[in-house]
Amino acid sequence: MEFIDYYKILEIDKSASAEDVKKAYRKLARKYHPDLNPNDVTAKQKFQKINEANEVLSDPEKRKKYDQYGKDWQHSEAYEKAQQEQGQYGGGQQRYSGQADFGGEDFSDFFESMFGGGGARGGSFSGGARQVKYKGQDIQAELRLNLRDVFSSQKQTLTVGGKNIRLTIPAGVENGQTIKIKGHGGAGVNGGPNGDLYLTFLIQNNTKFKREGSHLFADQDLDIYTAVLGGEVMVDTFDGKVKLKVAPETQNGAKVKLKGKGFPVYKTEGQFGDLFITFKVKTPVGLNETQKNLFVELQKLSQDGK
Amino acid sequence: MENKRLIAVENLCTHYQIEISFVHSLNDYGLISIIELETGQFIEEDDLADIEKMMRLHYELDINMAGLDAISHLLKKLQEREKDLLKLKNSLDLDEMGGF
Repeated sequence: MEFIDYYKILEIDKSASAEDVKKAYRKLARKYHPDLNPNDVTAKQKFQKINEANEVLSDPEKRKKYDQYGKDWQHSEAYEKAQQEQGQYGGGQQRYSGQADFGGEDFSDFFESMFGGGGARGGSFSGGARQVKYKGQDIQAELRLNLRDVFSSQKQTLTVGGKNIRLTIPAGVENGQTIKIKGHGGAGVNGGPNGDLYLTFLIQNNTKFKREGSHLFADQDLDIYTAVLGGEVMVDTFDGKVKLKVAPETQNGAKVKLKGKGFPVYKTEGQFGDLFITFKVKTPVGLNETQKNLFVELQKLSQDGK
Repeated sequence: MENKRLIAVENLCTHYQIEISFVHSLNDYGLISIIELETGQFIEEDDLADIEKMMRLHYELDINMAGLDAISHLLKKLQEREKDLLKLKNSLDLDEMGGF
């Protein structure tokens, strides 16, 4: 466990007044507050440190102890014991933390070692001793699925925080999309409502299809003869094969739209996007003499025709 | 029509120990919507998370109403940009195929 320099964290020096501490805390908290930096893990970690530093330096007793024993925190136990005997500690602040949404994280081991686990959690309202009902902590969770899993709606049972939650995942959900499941977050504080569960879908695409919203894209190889003369090819769609007519003189890179053969439109029953097929014309290899001669003849005819 | 749970503004203020003027100011700035019924003033439960956020910013960081209003707009913009970014990330590999 390493010593934590709370003064350095708040960017103040040891002689800073209580007002300086408050100012420094507010300045840094405005920069790193989780409400102002949504989904920013680094800012959240930084805010936790700032909070912890403020918790110690804004409390005269804690600051005194920290200043006296900071670097020799291992010896602070004896100090605390002596203080408790004198009845100076144990007030057990009840300040409420506005941290319900931030994950209810604990302070560092250093803090716990020096001040115990009973300290107020940071970001507190300045009023003190308030029994406030607060919404429980929101929980962020991730669910990994394959693209094929979200082609149709499906029921899943998830275990979050030891509780089983049954939910229907609508077809067409996007990679990275987050849905809110009301009331399945942490329990409310002092009887407040439960927090919400925010579930983010991480969808792995291990198919040949590229997806953009409800549209799918795929390449289709085409032999040179069908490309020139036209014909029919069997094309893979997401849920099976279809026969596709190829127009004569189809160019390499030509694109065809198969209406309604794409991905389900999110939360729109029975509606599908389109499938876009790009033809990749393949030049024949391993030609025999006859075939080569025919190509030469074709070339001559083509040149003569110019 | 979907039924929304309502919370009485009075209860809200009692539970959170905040002044009613704070909630009214949020309403005046358009940050929440107070619903006026015969039985009193209410907010939708869905607004609760936003109100808690505004409370934290106001009481912890000393940000005034104008500041909360500005922050609210910027956070909304940020959310939209994040959505756009996600969409772009998801379609990045399409570049190799050429656009339609």
